Amino acid sequence: MNAQGFITVASVIGAAIAMALGAFGAALGESRIGAAAMDALARQPDEAPAITRSMFVGLAMVESTAIFCLVIALILLFANPFGVLKAG
Amino acid sequence: MSAVVAGSLIGLAAYLGQAVRKRPESLAAATAILGVEVIDASVAEIVGHPEPALTILAGSLFLFIAVCNLSGQVPGLHPPTACLTTTSALAVLVFLAVPAAGIRALGVKAYVKHYLSPNPLLMPLHMISEFSRTLALALRLFGNISAGHLVVALLVMLAGFLVPIPIMALDLLIGLLQAYVFAILTLVYIGSAIEAGGQE
Repeated sequence: MNAQGFITVASVIGAAIAMALGAFGAALGESRIGAAAMDALARQPDEAPAITRSMFVGLAMVESTAIFCLVIALILLFANPFGVLKAG
Repeated sequence: MSAVVAGSLIGLAAYLGQAVRKRPESLAAATAILGVEVIDASVAEIVGHPEPALTILAGSLFLFIAVCNLSGQVPGLHPPTACLTTTSALAVLVFLAVPAAGIRALGVKAYVKHYLSPNPLLMPLHMISEFSRTLALALRLFGNISAGHLVVALLVMLAGFLVPIPIMALDLLIGLLQAYVFAILTLVYIGSAIEAGGQE
């Protein structure tokens, strides 16, 4: 395998691993946030606006780690600094 | 593209302003007043007291980002927020607005003091948090919108007509949600800058 082919294979596998692990962690964290918010809503329905707002802000914070992984995967696939990927 | 969005929003705002002034009982005026009151209420809830300048900032950020995100649903248009330049500019705006609001509310001395609390050793951490949250703000918006656009493009390429519609519906939700989150996070950051020194 020449160097270009090796870079291609490594980039694709690296992007897959980055996205898989990033989505895994973020999904676990977001499920906990959702469960906790449901719990809080069931206990105090009157506080629904505040709880919902905090939940969305927390979800966005947690999701940003998955988004960072996505950006890295996109860079590996479409804007690879180590070589030109023909297949894209 | 973003200039088109900004221009149409300014036009809409001018029209609604005219409507509120000339015909306060019309439907458009009532909608505009209601919208401003909703934003006002959430600003007062997050920051702790009503603050007209923050209502303007957060409201225009929300409207601009929401319209930019939703413009990606029009066939053939590329949403401006799916480009890292636009989102970085918006995040830098927030980055500059936080110390501006803090200094305006507390004065320079009290605001700088909150960087040195609880211990001057922690100042690098304050700095890193300011920069990293700006980066996160820009990348979050960019990643969400461009990923949504990319998924729709891939589905169109793979499956074709009508298949990407559920994903496009999800994109509508995510676009509005990201605009909301951006505006709320702006308010939270500015609120913490205003309050942080106030407790000292």
